Amino acid sequence: MTDDLDDLQDLKAAMRAASPAPDAARKARNLALAEKNYAELQGSRVGARPNSERPVSGLWRGIRSMLNVVSSRGGLIGTTALIAVTFVAFGPISELAMPPAPSPQPLFVTEEAAAVPAVPAVPAAPERAKAVTGGSNGLADLVAPSSAFSGLAEQSQMQAAPTSRRALSPGVGTLQVMSDEAAPRPAQSNTEAFANADPNPIHVTAEDPVSTFSIDVDTASYSVVRNALMHGRLPTPESVRIEEMVNYFNYGYPGPDAQGDAPFTTHVSVTQTPWNPGTQLVRIGIQGALPAVEDRPPLNLVFLIDTSGSMQNADKLPLLKQSFALMLNQLRPEDQVAIVTYAGSAGQVLAPTAAADRATILAALNRLEAGGSTAGQAGLQQAYRLADTMGQEGDVNRVILATDGDFNVGLSDPEALKDYIARQSDGGTYLSVLGFGRGNLDDATMQALAQNGNGTAAYIDTLNEAQKLLVDQLSGALFPIADDVKIQVEFNPATVAEYRLIGYETRALRREDFNNDAVDAGEIGAGHAVTALYEVTPVGSDARLTEPLRYGSNVASDQTGTGADEIGFLRLRYKAPGSDSSALIEQPIGADAGGQSQAEAGFASAIAGFGQLLRDDSYLGDWGWDEAIALANANRGEDPFGYRAEAVQLMRLAQSLSQ
Amino acid sequence: MRMNVSDESLATAAAGGDLAAFSTLVERRYDQLFGLCFRLTGSRAEAEDLTHDICAALPAKIMRFRGEARFMTWLYRVAVNAAHDRRRRQASQSRAAEGWGDWELARQAELAETATQVDWLTGAMRALPDALRDTLALVLDDVTHGEAARILGVSEGTISWRMAEVKKQLRRMREEEEQG
Repeated sequence: MTDDLDDLQDLKAAMRAASPAPDAARKARNLALAEKNYAELQGSRVGARPNSERPVSGLWRGIRSMLNVVSSRGGLIGTTALIAVTFVAFGPISELAMPPAPSPQPLFVTEEAAAVPAVPAVPAAPERAKAVTGGSNGLADLVAPSSAFSGLAEQSQMQAAPTSRRALSPGVGTLQVMSDEAAPRPAQSNTEAFANADPNPIHVTAEDPVSTFSIDVDTASYSVVRNALMHGRLPTPESVRIEEMVNYFNYGYPGPDAQGDAPFTTHVSVTQTPWNPGTQLVRIGIQGALPAVEDRPPLNLVFLIDTSGSMQNADKLPLLKQSFALMLNQLRPEDQVAIVTYAGSAGQVLAPTAAADRATILAALNRLEAGGSTAGQAGLQQAYRLADTMGQEGDVNRVILATDGDFNVGLSDPEALKDYIARQSDGGTYLSVLGFGRGNLDDATMQALAQNGNGTAAYIDTLNEAQKLLVDQLSGALFPIADDVKIQVEFNPATVAEYRLIGYETRALRREDFNNDAVDAGEIGAGHAVTALYEVTPVGSDARLTEPLRYGSNVASDQTGTGADEIGFLRLRYKAPGSDSSALIEQPIGADAGGQSQAEAGFASAIAGFGQLLRDDSYLGDWGWDEAIALANANRGEDPFGYRAEAVQLMRLAQSLSQ
Repeated sequence: MRMNVSDESLATAAAGGDLAAFSTLVERRYDQLFGLCFRLTGSRAEAEDLTHDICAALPAKIMRFRGEARFMTWLYRVAVNAAHDRRRRQASQSRAAEGWGDWELARQAELAETATQVDWLTGAMRALPDALRDTLALVLDDVTHGEAARILGVSEGTISWRMAEVKKQLRRMREEEEQG
């Protein structure tokens, strides 16, 4: 017996030693959350209900009184089933598809209903009950306490969100959390989440000659990288999406002249790879047409602004107000603007107002204040409803969501939300997502929302960035000229041994999706330019990483006639805005495709190298920061606004930080 | 200022709508709560999330605190229930994860990695059935058998039996390990 006691004492001591101290930042946030919820609960209790019988306590009381009455075994089983049902209904990651406007109201079990074991009324009950029973021993012991918690889930569902918010990031790739050097387990110190996937691998042309992806005009990753470097730390590799860094810059592709067929031009060039003398870079550029400003259709904008408590930092709501004020100057008098905020509950702050009435709009913007939690889903729904009422035939409707990404309320089913947004974009309303501030930026969510909403995601960290995005590129950001733009490149095994797409990991499409018009892809806006880079290894190059197959049937080698010298064949599909069927553009990629000025190609490859140095430099060999900086610096070109000079500065910062 | 006021008075005041009392109380007991959450889950990351869930739901719960039990007993009961809810949610979550599984896989991988980092004891605790683990977590927290019985809603005899069972199982695990 003393032996046992000693054991336990040992265990206790060991446990003490093993228990970590709570993370200080998490603690502070959790305490703040508890206080906030407490304050909100007090408020809502006074205002919301005429009688004091809150539904939560009603449920609780109902079950307790039922427990008092029912003692037979059968009764307990009934209770179990009932509780299982309430759990399923309230659980944040419920499998039940979430209807567009999830109201907790119908889920409450009234006292009467609870007193009678109302199980048969709910068809799914037996299965659910079984699932739950399987999960715990001694269920009868646990019935009452867990029902208390489940009942509360109605409220805690709103706040217990980090589980559900994290769950929200859809399967774009691995989800990573920003690290903070100081913390022992970095994952807890920050709730930023980034969408990314493993870097694209080398493909052997003979085995897998076709590469398919969706275009991406987002630039958020570059801003996130810049923000990290400016704050003296290297960005986490997961936050680096190379295609977004490359696409941040304009490479001066000539656009379509006058009334061409396609709304954009394609440009292909082949240059020497700076980091590998044995390979070549195939650059595919797409330049959207820029219609004259006066020709553009009227624009209906709904600003959906996150005013939750986390938005109060200077680089969030205040920057957002300034940014939108800048943008207002670019609108035409007949454009319309409305503002919806979401924080705790969603609300319309400004009814649709003509852009000519600047004073009213500015006043509404300036009244915004941060506070409360984030009812993202309700806000989105309201914004889309409002946008629907504003649209006339020929107008462009767009919801502009401005948030720090903390979609932590009301989002219990990420799939349902994605579907909802995708349906809305099919209905003609576009979505742009603007990220502000750092700390809990949920980049993965933003990406998912924008990709499903036929929109763009961008990250605004300074007023300069707002100027670039919302003033200089306003028309591109707001006027789509082609939807669902997909690129497919078929490489010629006779000339190309291996190829690798640099970036676009989160945009990969299956080969068969290219011709399937139902598969969603990126949109391109007026004046937008998109660049994609392939690193290809010519047949016979000693830079080849894989051994050629001894027994492979080398079909291409006896190919003669057309296309024998070509590197590959580019196919491009797009839909005109609002159209359901796609158009096809085809163009061979010749081995000598030049055309573009060296400076543009050089700068693009320098940025691609920059991204790979930050993310995964396994293909770069000895090529390092010095070479990247020299290459970028030599190819800065005209650079009227200093964006390229800034990139060189960032590379130098990154070089210092990585030493 | 209110450092000398008992947990129970603070909790009663909080149930009556006193925000300052609520804050003081939560702050005072946060570390202990986190410690219990760690022992209940056996992983730091899980414990942080569980503590978060509890903090989020606590305001609504404390409205029902009637001073019938010691506050810590009450709080532990809340924590144990929250841990149960979380386990169930994870069970249904991993079922639901098939469609958009990448994220969930990454998370599970992270959890698995965490698991290898915790020492033998937490590992062993995680191997125990839930009921035994909860009981052990409480008893290791200096909760008496009587209180643990009230927290878990079982009889004191059950707690004693479970502890005997825990010791038996832990001893067996250790023996197996030493042999293996």
